[in-house]
Amino acid sequence: MITRQDVEHVARLARLELGDAEIERMREQLNAILGYIDKLRELDVTNVEPTSHAVPLVNVMREDEVVPCLSQDQMLANAPDRVGELFRVPRIIED
Amino acid sequence: MSTLTKTGWDVVIGLEVHAQLLTRSKMFCGCPTAFGARPNSQTCPVCQGMPGVLPVVNRRAIEFGIKTALAFTCRINPACRFARKHYYYPDMPKNFQISQYEEPLAEDGALEIDVDGASRAIGIQRLHLEEDVGKLLHEGTLETAQASLVDYNRSGVPLMETVSRPDLRSPEEAAAYLRAFRAVLVYLGVCDGNMEEGSLRCDANVSLRPRGATELGTKVEIKNMNSFRNVKLALEFEVKRQRQALAAGERIVQETRLWDADRGYTRAMRSKEYAHDYRYFPEPDLVPLEIERAWVDAIRAALPELPRQRRERFVRQYGLPPYDAGVLTQSRALAEYYEAAVREFRQPKIVSNWIMSELLRELPGDDERAIERAPVPPANLAGLLRLIEDGTISGKIAKDVFQKMVGSGEDARTIVAREGLTQVADEGALAAVIDQVLAQNPKAVEDYKGGKTAAKGALVGQVMKATRGKANPAIVNRLLEEKLSKI
Ligand SMILES: [Zn+2]
Repeated sequence: MITRQDVEHVARLARLELGDAEIERMREQLNAILGYIDKLRELDVTNVEPTSHAVPLVNVMREDEVVPCLSQDQMLANAPDRVGELFRVPRIIED
Repeated sequence: MSTLTKTGWDVVIGLEVHAQLLTRSKMFCGCPTAFGARPNSQTCPVCQGMPGVLPVVNRRAIEFGIKTALAFTCRINPACRFARKHYYYPDMPKNFQISQYEEPLAEDGALEIDVDGASRAIGIQRLHLEEDVGKLLHEGTLETAQASLVDYNRSGVPLMETVSRPDLRSPEEAAAYLRAFRAVLVYLGVCDGNMEEGSLRCDANVSLRPRGATELGTKVEIKNMNSFRNVKLALEFEVKRQRQALAAGERIVQETRLWDADRGYTRAMRSKEYAHDYRYFPEPDLVPLEIERAWVDAIRAALPELPRQRRERFVRQYGLPPYDAGVLTQSRALAEYYEAAVREFRQPKIVSNWIMSELLRELPGDDERAIERAPVPPANLAGLLRLIEDGTISGKIAKDVFQKMVGSGEDARTIVAREGLTQVADEGALAAVIDQVLAQNPKAVEDYKGGKTAAKGALVGQVMKATRGKANPAIVNRLLEEKLSKI
């Protein structure tokens, strides 16, 4: 069972600010999802390898070669805020 | 608890070392890894963490990881996988770092260290690969900053994390481990080992427990130690802090503390700076790796000689004392310098003495680049030693010549010829000087004849002074004895 506290904790980790009504709605939805997982649990999967990837591929690698980057201007154009050649972000140390 | 004496505690330290791998391109994209480029000039949508991009593993990074794991006698896992480690911090714009979690590249190895003449194997728990994160600069001081500035050039550079077992028993052992670790990486050519530039970073877990206990005490993680010296100082401080707290009957709080090198203490990080809840899960964009036996075997077959093996060979092949061999093999560049010099001047112990006393006075022996670019290359050192051997200059003059070689980069013969430093071995000329010295020092002569043999030393000194150090000391000694015996 997902509690209010669980929702608040996950919201904090995801840096989401939720109102009271939203927390309650999320709690119900998450419980519904977990309820579905419980249903899947009824299947016997003792001899099935856990799947983390849907494609049957291994060892996809590239050679250690440099390819051109995007230019500094192009990359910095994505910045909501910048100082010279650097991205500027809100201060991260909280009191 | 406070009844335990100051020596009643065992120190338990484990180290986590992050090493930037010397690949040309990043871990999951083709951006270059070169240090010192303009900020944000070496990035692309992959290493900036844009949505919808596809990371692809750099084969050489895996190869370097396997190489290192083999050097530490780890077991290479036949299958490994990357995982997402989630956290929110502007050094990683996609809000997760691609790392390895439950299935690391390698596990269960060891690194032998030497402390106080005894060697000990320190366990290595695991070795895994991940991507480095961007670099944060604070606007103003950390306390007053209204904003942080970010450079993402480092974001995505291949990092290898190696976690030791809590087998280290003192700050000295921790420093020895880190040195030995660094030497192995540099010999392998997988990392440049530069702590100041951040290519090698070290965190420590420190705890104390009553002497003889087997259960571990509460551990404290120490971060931000960016040099060998700081690692030792920070650990010494932390051990003392915990010892005092325990002696006062306090409990140690499990926390992360930052070493403040300027102020010389560790301080607790505020809890919000390290809320650990990483929610690891397999990275869906990267398929698993199945490391082939043949690949591992090929890498093993191509492993270079490692520091320990080289040290043992130096003792065997050149007859050096283990201490000399240890100093000379602390970096690959220094070991190669030594062997190049010995090839040209085949007296291994003399070459060793000159490197240890003169070259290492000028250059740090563990700085690969400094040794490679030494102003006195091995051939020039050998040239200088030949001039001593054939009697052209005295050992004392040679030390001055060495200093001049360091300053100008010239070879010894050039300096000796220009400055007229050639040793006076002309017996006629020396005899004349000795006659003059004997005439001017009747008291010393009298003392010598009266049985004070030490007086001869003073007379030799006078002759050397009169020739400005250029007299051949062996000839001076012989001539002086002959003349004194006739007086
Ligand atoms: Zn990139």
